[in-house]
Amino acid sequence: MSVLEAPARTAATVNRYSRISLGALWSGVAVAALLVVAPAFIGESSINQLTQFFSFLILAIGWNVLAGYGGMVSIGQQAYLGVASYAVLYLSLHGVLSWWAAPIAIAFCGVLSIPISYLAFRLRGSFFAIGTWVIAEVCLLVVAQIESLGGGAGASLNDLNRFSPHTAGDVTYWVGLAIVIASLVSVALLLRSRVGLALMSIRDDELAAEATGVNVTRIKRIAYVLSATICAGAGVLLILSNLEVQPNSSFSVQYSAFMIFMVLVGGMGTFEGPIIGAIVFYALQQWLAANGAWYLIILGAVAIAVTLWLPRGVWGTVDPHNRRSLVPLRHRVTVASHLESEE
Amino acid sequence: MVWTNAVVQGLLLGGLYALFSVGLSLMFGVMRFVNLAHGDFSVLAAYAAYVLVEHAGGTPLWTFAAVIPLAAAVGFVLQRFILDRALAAGDLSPLLVTFGLSIVIQSALQQGFGANNLSLFLGPLSYQSWKITNTLYLGRLEVIVFVVAVALISGLQLFLARTQPGRLLRATADNPRAAALSGVNPRRVRALATAIALATVAIGGLFLAMRTSFTPTSGSNDLIFAFEAVIIGGLGSLWGTLLGGLILGVAQTVGSQINPADGVLAGHLVFLAVLAYRPQGILSQRSLA
Repeated sequence: MSVLEAPARTAATVNRYSRISLGALWSGVAVAALLVVAPAFIGESSINQLTQFFSFLILAIGWNVLAGYGGMVSIGQQAYLGVASYAVLYLSLHGVLSWWAAPIAIAFCGVLSIPISYLAFRLRGSFFAIGTWVIAEVCLLVVAQIESLGGGAGASLNDLNRFSPHTAGDVTYWVGLAIVIASLVSVALLLRSRVGLALMSIRDDELAAEATGVNVTRIKRIAYVLSATICAGAGVLLILSNLEVQPNSSFSVQYSAFMIFMVLVGGMGTFEGPIIGAIVFYALQQWLAANGAWYLIILGAVAIAVTLWLPRGVWGTVDPHNRRSLVPLRHRVTVASHLESEE
Repeated sequence: MVWTNAVVQGLLLGGLYALFSVGLSLMFGVMRFVNLAHGDFSVLAAYAAYVLVEHAGGTPLWTFAAVIPLAAAVGFVLQRFILDRALAAGDLSPLLVTFGLSIVIQSALQQGFGANNLSLFLGPLSYQSWKITNTLYLGRLEVIVFVVAVALISGLQLFLARTQPGRLLRATADNPRAAALSGVNPRRVRALATAIALATVAIGGLFLAMRTSFTPTSGSNDLIFAFEAVIIGGLGSLWGTLLGGLILGVAQTVGSQINPADGVLAGHLVFLAVLAYRPQGILSQRSLA
């Protein structure tokens, strides 16, 4: 085909939705609708289990924004988890009903993460990872000294006791579901925006992104703040479902291990990855948690193995070229002459 | 006088922290990543010494002879079979792999030994001290640990500055490609760096286990302190690392003097202050990679 002929034959259309992603979108809406009405059909313990699952799912989504898209490995996101839990406790002690305290606590963490990012962003790569961990440890040590919040021993959240456990469980479940949906939608919207395009270009090649005019630091800061906000959602959900907090467990670095595991296994830097990772993680936890430390040994070993031999994770292996993406995040260029290519 | 005491004890502790940092900054220099299981290897060494003493008896001091070569060998194997692979797999992989390794080591120790505090007891040496003034006593063990730590760091600095393997390490740290082009075998240099790192951190782990105690998860703190010392002092020279360790040690003991629960927090705050006002570290001119 000569070059001159080409324009005539390429009546290309740009489309964001593929048949798969449209199907996935509607199935997603259907699943969400089913989950909303689920408390009417399934028992209390299943609902509580789903709430637990939601908190892990939220963590995975939050960590993926930071590491998968922003290329920043943090082992300190538990800072926001813990601060959010304690913010709910603080507000409930000051007369705000815990469920209403949830959005305030999440917003507070989002704002808090902005000044923290200026400190953390002085470090890069490996040093950023440990630096964020130190920041989380500082939060832990400071919170453990506030006697009105229970000090090192922790405290319980009492203001939901006036509701029946059944009602409390259901409302907390809906709060959790709302946070999950809000997290997924905000990540999807971010990725579809101009900022998202810049973020994905940084993920693919930071130097090239900067060279083409992307303000790398600003874009990374947006990812950091969004990630902190989402992780705060998990913290809120954890205190609402456990009804107690303790500094050493709320700020435990183990949450970072869980986040890393879920995102690595599912597929870093993919929208679907954290969801798959959270399901695998939750199943593994149900299966192995009774075995104490063995469970963590297996978790760590799987994380090592996946990094070395399956670096794209489950979803990245299923869909190495982003052709089957379930979420319409990219522009798809469809060329009329049976050729289909993508941007 | 309590403050003089706090500062002196802090300096003694800081020498040990610097010993933890040396391997961290050496590996970072050569490979541009931080081994997140660094502290856990020091704890692993302490458990190895503990097991050796349980079975063979005697003073824990002799276990240095067994644990140091063992740690160096583990470092060599770790580099050859895991870390080299991780380095080839991508930028973030070494971090993720070593974090996974940290979880595996901590959980395995928890499974094998339980969560109890253990210590390597040296008999009278563990509590004897030299009296300097009526309010200032220097623990013999603390002084010995400090002297050995500073001697080791100086020795390592000499090794890096004067010997052929040391030159290869520095060349690779400065510019790995140029070093490889001039005939340096990067695989061998990386294995050497990791072997030295694990040997030094094992010595630090044994000393710390003799001075205080250890648990399966105490490696996390060892890593954080080592990292803080590196950042406070500044990358690039071991003297900076030593200075960083001393500052961190003093910050912690002075902090504990103010409020016994605040020692670690005071160290973190000094670290954050350095990060905010002098992110390249106190001695270094280079910015952090």
